[in-house]
Amino acid sequence: MSARETLPPKIRIRNLHKRFGGNVVLDGLDLDVGVGESVLVIGGSGSGKSVLLKCILGLLEPEDGVIEVDGEPVIGLPAAEREIINRKFGMLFQGGALFDSLRVWENVAFGLIQGENMDRMQAKEIAIAKLAAVGMSANVGELWPAELSGGMKKRVGLARAIATEPEVIFFDEPTTGLDPIMADVINDLIVKCVRELGATALSITHDMASARKIADRIAMLYKGEIIWNGPTSEIDRSGNDFVDQFIHGRAEGPIRMEVRAR
Amino acid sequence: MNVLQPIGRAFWGFLESTGRLALFAIVSVSHCVRPPIYPRLIGRQLIDIGYYSLPVVGLTTLFSGMVLALQSYAGLDRAVAEGVIPRIVVQSMTRELSPVLSGLMVAGRIGAAMAAEIGTMRVTEQIDALTTLSTNPHKYLIAPRLIAGLTMLPLLVLVGDTIGVFGGYLVSVYKLGFNPAIFLKFTWENVAFLDVWSGVVKAACFGFIVALLGCYNGYHSRGGAQGVGAATTNAVVSASILILVSNYLITEMFFGK
Repeated sequence: MSARETLPPKIRIRNLHKRFGGNVVLDGLDLDVGVGESVLVIGGSGSGKSVLLKCILGLLEPEDGVIEVDGEPVIGLPAAEREIINRKFGMLFQGGALFDSLRVWENVAFGLIQGENMDRMQAKEIAIAKLAAVGMSANVGELWPAELSGGMKKRVGLARAIATEPEVIFFDEPTTGLDPIMADVINDLIVKCVRELGATALSITHDMASARKIADRIAMLYKGEIIWNGPTSEIDRSGNDFVDQFIHGRAEGPIRMEVRAR
Repeated sequence: MNVLQPIGRAFWGFLESTGRLALFAIVSVSHCVRPPIYPRLIGRQLIDIGYYSLPVVGLTTLFSGMVLALQSYAGLDRAVAEGVIPRIVVQSMTRELSPVLSGLMVAGRIGAAMAAEIGTMRVTEQIDALTTLSTNPHKYLIAPRLIAGLTMLPLLVLVGDTIGVFGGYLVSVYKLGFNPAIFLKFTWENVAFLDVWSGVVKAACFGFIVALLGCYNGYHSRGGAQGVGAATTNAVVSASILILVSNYLITEMFFGK
């Protein structure tokens, strides 16, 4: 652990601000993700977790603040340079976000064929190997995404995220919408894939079972800021009322759900 | 004061969306000419827009040509009709009817499909996924559609010209009892390069408009199924209106004195 701390962080976020009209979503957020570390951001629905990921991926432009990847500022990069930065990234989307005009194997091989100009046949072999890594057989590769169940879509999405062997993988609510057993299967796969690649991981979720399983470190996002940040083992002894309320899922506590205020 | 406020706001909104559309068009067109270019995707769009629109365009222009001959005959003297109707049919088809009707039909067929497909990709995060996989959505999704719209509609219109004249021929010969040879002779004499060329220029412009507005509305759709529905409607309505406006402007450019 100490060796990690001396390395510069893989992703460094300082004073990040993002608003939509008058609605302030991120309000001076700071977060570091160390090399090879698995950090997980928890927070209620609508707390800005997805916005945070989209800002890092360059899908949204924050108003103010710094995001550095390997010490390089990435906010406001032109599209061509953004593409180069994004080669370091893999992302598992909440709904899978598989391209439904392409077969499963073409989805998995997409980053290899389009991003790295790999030969289609060679990319297909890798895609099938990655599908095997998430526990799916080669003939699933010939199916269309519409023919898959929710859990299978998540697995294919995971295979696509790891296909280019990225340095950083983002997981957007990887277990949402799955039954508890399938959720656990996905969690195991995430841990296995991240470990095998030696990748850095940044996840967002509100599923505490998933959080405990896949994270080295947990950060809690509330009102646009990280209000608590510590190793997963200390989450139960955080001494923070907000974190306690969240992890125990209590309606009563310092966090007032916005829906009730309005 | 309060009366002017909404007018001003609507005007600003109009300027804002025009500007956004123009920027979107510039970015997308710049991706049409810069490598990498995706031949497979362009090919698929060429077939979708060109080949699969043939029945729609063919039927539209066939019946337009037929009705044109019938209506012109109603208003003409039998003695001059045989010489005039071929000219009316061929000129109206090549200059106006074939490009405008094909443009509107393709707007309904292709513009709507593009908006729905790209809109669904937007709301299911597939466009975000493209970006994270280091693929520019403008290049991957929009450029092939713009190229296909720009190149296929002129070809469709040339086919439509021919079928429209054929429709006129069918009615003139089999219903009105004209001499087929005379019909063809007058038709051929009245095919003017400028008429056909103006129709082709219009078609290229309309094809671009349909693809651009289909992609633009889909790309900026939000909010699930309802948002995609709204995007589809907007794509067809705005493309149709822009087709009619630009049709007037191009006609003015070619034939206005």
